[in-house]
Amino acid sequence: MKQDNQAQRAAILGTIRRGLGRGALPADQAAMLRTRLDAHPRHTIPARVALDHDALIELFITNATREYATVQRLADAADLPAHIAGYLREQNLPAELVIAPHPDLEAANWNDAPLLAHRFGRAQPSDMVSVQRGFAAIAETGTLMLPSGQRSPTTLNLLPDTEIVVLQDSDVVGPYEDAFDRLRQAGGMPRNVMLVTGPSRSADIERTLELGAHGPRRLHIVLLGGAGGDGAQG
Amino acid sequence: MLNTSPDFKENSRRAMQDAGLQKALDRARKPFAQTRAAAVARLPEFETLRETAKGIKNHTLAHLDFYLERYTEQVEAHGGQVHWCRTAEDARSAVLDICRRVGAKTVTKGKSMISEEIGLNEHLAENGVRPVETDLGEYILQIRGEAPSHIIGPAFHLNREDWEASFRAAHTHLPADRVFHEKRDIQAEARAVLREQFIAADVGITGANFLIAETGSSVIVTNEGNGDLTQTLPRVHIVLASLEKIVPTLEDTVSLLRVLARSATGQEFSVYTTFSTGAKRPGDPDGPEEYHVILLDNGRSNMVGTEFQDMLRCIRCSACMNHCPVYLTVGGHAYGSMYSGPMGSVLTPAIFGAEQAHLLPTASTFCGKCESVCPMKIPLTGMMRHWRERAFERHLAPATTRYGIRGWGFVARRPGLYRSVSRIAAWGLGVMGRKRGRFGWLPLAGAWTAARDMPAPEGETFFARYAREQRSR
Repeated sequence: MKQDNQAQRAAILGTIRRGLGRGALPADQAAMLRTRLDAHPRHTIPARVALDHDALIELFITNATREYATVQRLADAADLPAHIAGYLREQNLPAELVIAPHPDLEAANWNDAPLLAHRFGRAQPSDMVSVQRGFAAIAETGTLMLPSGQRSPTTLNLLPDTEIVVLQDSDVVGPYEDAFDRLRQAGGMPRNVMLVTGPSRSADIERTLELGAHGPRRLHIVLLGGAGGDGAQG
Repeated sequence: MLNTSPDFKENSRRAMQDAGLQKALDRARKPFAQTRAAAVARLPEFETLRETAKGIKNHTLAHLDFYLERYTEQVEAHGGQVHWCRTAEDARSAVLDICRRVGAKTVTKGKSMISEEIGLNEHLAENGVRPVETDLGEYILQIRGEAPSHIIGPAFHLNREDWEASFRAAHTHLPADRVFHEKRDIQAEARAVLREQFIAADVGITGANFLIAETGSSVIVTNEGNGDLTQTLPRVHIVLASLEKIVPTLEDTVSLLRVLARSATGQEFSVYTTFSTGAKRPGDPDGPEEYHVILLDNGRSNMVGTEFQDMLRCIRCSACMNHCPVYLTVGGHAYGSMYSGPMGSVLTPAIFGAEQAHLLPTASTFCGKCESVCPMKIPLTGMMRHWRERAFERHLAPATTRYGIRGWGFVARRPGLYRSVSRIAAWGLGVMGRKRGRFGWLPLAGAWTAARDMPAPEGETFFARYAREQRSR
């Protein structure tokens, strides 16, 4: 079986090289390509993200909202439980959360909101509302970067009807490239990286856009950092 | 697997009389063009990015062997496995082998054109593995036993009444008298039914929009989230990808992503763009334990270094078919291939052979709209012309067509003869049509005159008149 895979690989590479009119790439050319991979040069980046950080946050909010997400700015994590309890009440959703086992979220005092049942860990099919810790918020298109990991289970982004993603103001970046550079600095590609722009949707039935196809119907984003907070706390 | 490409003409005739299909096409025609145009208008760098995207893919194809090997190395470094497959049959057995080894009974599937190309569902079902399509459009097609008619909107040819009828017929465990008040009720039913399948599945199979050499990642782009559920919940994730999906770096990938969604659906970015790199890591609370990539060739390596190499730049956005007057008249099924419209007319003969598909490259008026909207600047009409030439040389077209073209070519290459013939024809038609001023029927042009009248020439050719007026100056 293994041999078979090797034989197929050799045959395919042979055909490609014949088509390109050469054998295996000469060492100097291969070295140049490796240099390109290591340098991973950027291409054109849209001018719309050439903004200072406060303006990037505004751009992120505008773009995320246009894609049917809702965004709330809060002073810090201490405000989270009360805000989330209020959001769930407003949306008429059950007060039961599954929360990413991330230190920033574990630090919040969830017992402050006494009617809010919660548990930390991955999502189960019966979970209705999740709270995730986002890694970056990309202003260019209002997109969240949600990498998998011990502290940020992927199932939280998929199984519940409503997902709440918490980030710091400082997690907001301009283009996708900045988010991926941060990911490289944090140790490279985890198993799974989701770029999420708004809640799940489909237009398969007569081209009519309907939210909530298979993933969350609602995506609520909370930015922590104080600036522009709604005065919930000082 | 290919079905009815040789019957393209008959298929088209039927498609034009299909009221349901024409209703769906009428609904799609304007929004297809408008949504893309609006998205392009919002990004001033779009034209620059098209050139960038083309450059990235050309660079990759010129070093395709290097990047494929580097990609494989990276997948293996992250605990994944790459299965190199020359043919559709190799790919089908590689998938089935994995399913059998892990004792899979149910397999959920994200949308994949490669799956259609290799006829995977039929093969799995014949061998006791139940495939379940989870993309909303693919799901209803599986219920109805139909092929996709569009590479990203597979069921756009169906109307609401088709959805309701199919769901009633398939979901017999639900009350027969339930009412679908809104389209969202139909979608909600699919969500509930498929949620159980996601949870029951042993293996999840997805396609890939890109494979990244730098990181060994595969990328899927969806709006529904079905692909993500498919690859996250089961024990095993299998990626189906053809080898031209390779891209060097993450920066190259995001540059292509910037033109993909805008060209496809007119979105700035699709809802879910997900990068998968290997199997579950130590400490990960979720994700698959095995990660496999089926790397399919199926004729593509033969395109490298030929006049069809540029086709390997295609990122399957569907802009070409969304703007094609032929596709928007006959729909996707007429092509008899999972790849339809201009990109399908070029790719189908390359994969399945010109004997089967030589009629598809004739399905073009050469208006060039496809090229003008292609984010990868693929010279689609030029390549359709190459296929036409090959079909002519290999005598694949019927003899009458070939003699007709040869006769026309003989005259057209001799300007003196051409002018004499056209002078006689213009004079003759002028005399015959003098009374009515138009023709309701003409020999050899019955199909053309069936829908419109041909105005009668005034008896003089353009050249003759031009020469006369020059003299009288």
